[in-house]
Amino acid sequence: MSFLLKVENLRIELRMRAGVAPVIDDLSFELAHGESISFVGESGCGKSMTALAIMGLLPEGIGRVASGKIWFDGEDLVAASPARLRHIRGNKIGMIFQEPMTSLNPVYSVGEQIAEVLREHQGLSRKAAWAEAIELLDAVRIPNPETRATAYPFEMSGGQRQRVMIAIALACKPKILIADEPTTALDVTVQAQIFDLLRDLRRQTGTSLIMITHDMGAVAEMAERMIVMYAGRKAEEGPVDKVIAHARHPYTQGLISCVPHLVAHLTEERQDLNEVPGIVPGLAEFGQGRCLFASRCARATERCLTTRPEEIAFSDVHRSACWHAEGM
Amino acid sequence: MDVLRITFLRIVYSALLLAAVVVLNFVMIHLAPGDVADTIAQSMGGADAEILAQIRADYGLDQPFIVQLGQYIWKVLHFDLGSSYYYNRPVTELILERLPATLLLVITAQTLALVIGVVTGVFSARRPNGFLSHLVTIVAFFGHAAPVFWTGILLLIAFSLQIHWFPVGGMRDVTVTGGFWAHSFDVARHMVLPVFTLSTTFLALYSRLCRASMMETLGSDYVRTAKAKGLPMRSVVYKHALKNALSPVITLAGLQFSAVISGAVLVETVFSWPGLGTLAFQVIVARDTPTILGILFFSALIVIAGNLLTDLVQRLVDPRVRTGQ
Repeated sequence: MSFLLKVENLRIELRMRAGVAPVIDDLSFELAHGESISFVGESGCGKSMTALAIMGLLPEGIGRVASGKIWFDGEDLVAASPARLRHIRGNKIGMIFQEPMTSLNPVYSVGEQIAEVLREHQGLSRKAAWAEAIELLDAVRIPNPETRATAYPFEMSGGQRQRVMIAIALACKPKILIADEPTTALDVTVQAQIFDLLRDLRRQTGTSLIMITHDMGAVAEMAERMIVMYAGRKAEEGPVDKVIAHARHPYTQGLISCVPHLVAHLTEERQDLNEVPGIVPGLAEFGQGRCLFASRCARATERCLTTRPEEIAFSDVHRSACWHAEGM
Repeated sequence: MDVLRITFLRIVYSALLLAAVVVLNFVMIHLAPGDVADTIAQSMGGADAEILAQIRADYGLDQPFIVQLGQYIWKVLHFDLGSSYYYNRPVTELILERLPATLLLVITAQTLALVIGVVTGVFSARRPNGFLSHLVTIVAFFGHAAPVFWTGILLLIAFSLQIHWFPVGGMRDVTVTGGFWAHSFDVARHMVLPVFTLSTTFLALYSRLCRASMMETLGSDYVRTAKAKGLPMRSVVYKHALKNALSPVITLAGLQFSAVISGAVLVETVFSWPGLGTLAFQVIVARDTPTILGILFFSALIVIAGNLLTDLVQRLVDPRVRTGQ
């Protein structure tokens, strides 16, 4: 089976005052045509870094791909020239960011910000690009698109701005859409609308989706497959229903038990709401030859503290990097 | 139109402000000790009290203060700034004769400072630890710390007296013959040193501010979005980052405009530039009250016009200013 995107043994290093830290350590995964996968994990686990590496947008002078390959459509993006990457960004791979309030340029109208990407990649004339921008605003369900195209970002709500971001990302009909916590900054009803919109647009265009989130509900709703990240490493990977039904990594189990469940009647006994004790280790500890989750794990044994866990496969599709995975 | 309405309002406010400036100037000049009668008496080699009283009566200086103020405001309202005691000519005529030279100097210096300041600011923001960035920082501190008359005199010594590249002072060389272009070139040659001296101070300010402001916008989320769109670097920097970074620079340029004009007084004096500055210097020494008031009036007019212009440019650059958000 051919993959649209195949990441092989990716290692991303961040240069810091204390030395070099591997924020992504030996990450491999694949994304098929039209597939939807989700990266899950706490803040600081390297989810966003993975996305930025695919886009070729790692922070200049600080982050770099130390080793590994990112195959996109048969081309290694790690080795690609800046001009080539620019051609792919916003054209073949689109991205939406977490903060719709600040991700749009305050001094240009939203229509111009959409039309600009069409002019750049599709060579459309000013007039044609503007007409297409209005079509796109309509597609992301912004009412009165002709008049709203001339509006500036500060004249729009957070949800509307995120719709504009989606219109920009999808303007050139990319093969992959990367959504980095697209709804974190929005309130719950707007979140649901944005998810609906993304699902519909994906159905229409067949775009593959990489969604980064720490919201298990969003994963269950949007993704077919999920990858759980912890401290720059892949903890667990598998189809969403399988992983949620039977998580094979204590960190995944912890994340799932953090999600509150609604009960139908207040008289019912409610389960305690759990948390994963402790915090993600500091960057300085990344890359050590042990299980980085061990300090927060109830199952940790001597072996976890001395040897990095290998990936164990449970079926073709479900893998976990935990020494105790088989007993779970 | 909304823009027209706001511009009209601003002009009304400006007129009120100008009226306040006129009254304040008059009060302040009146509070200062000594008057033109003293100066005239001095130039005659001394005079007794009777002659002094006669001079004061001639110029209306013996009237009560409030009457003098009323008369002055009445005349200003009729665009009459009075007549110079020292030059014996109408003040308006005197000023309008000098104004173009000052405007030429001030506007050239301000434009040059802004353009070079913004360009060096943008370049050094892109490489905050590069050579150019450090050079800009050093030149900026030097330019801002050195007083204009000191820089001016050093430049005169170096470029006029030692290597004779530029004339020592003045605005035109009377020996130059030829058409419009020959005269323009002559004026430009005379302008180099004064303009350079005047713009250094402000260039430093604009460059530092633009650098800081650019560094902030280059790290912003919308610049990351612009990169994620696959736009070329030139578009990311100049279209997306710079337009946002310009806002504080324009605000500062508007505020500094009055400082540029007061700096022009010193520069004009150092380079004997025939503008309002040298005139102001002469008439202050001569206690020529009507001319001093006239110059202050015109300076206020220029500063107010400069601020109005800044406001309008600001609205062009940043749509958020238009609705006051």
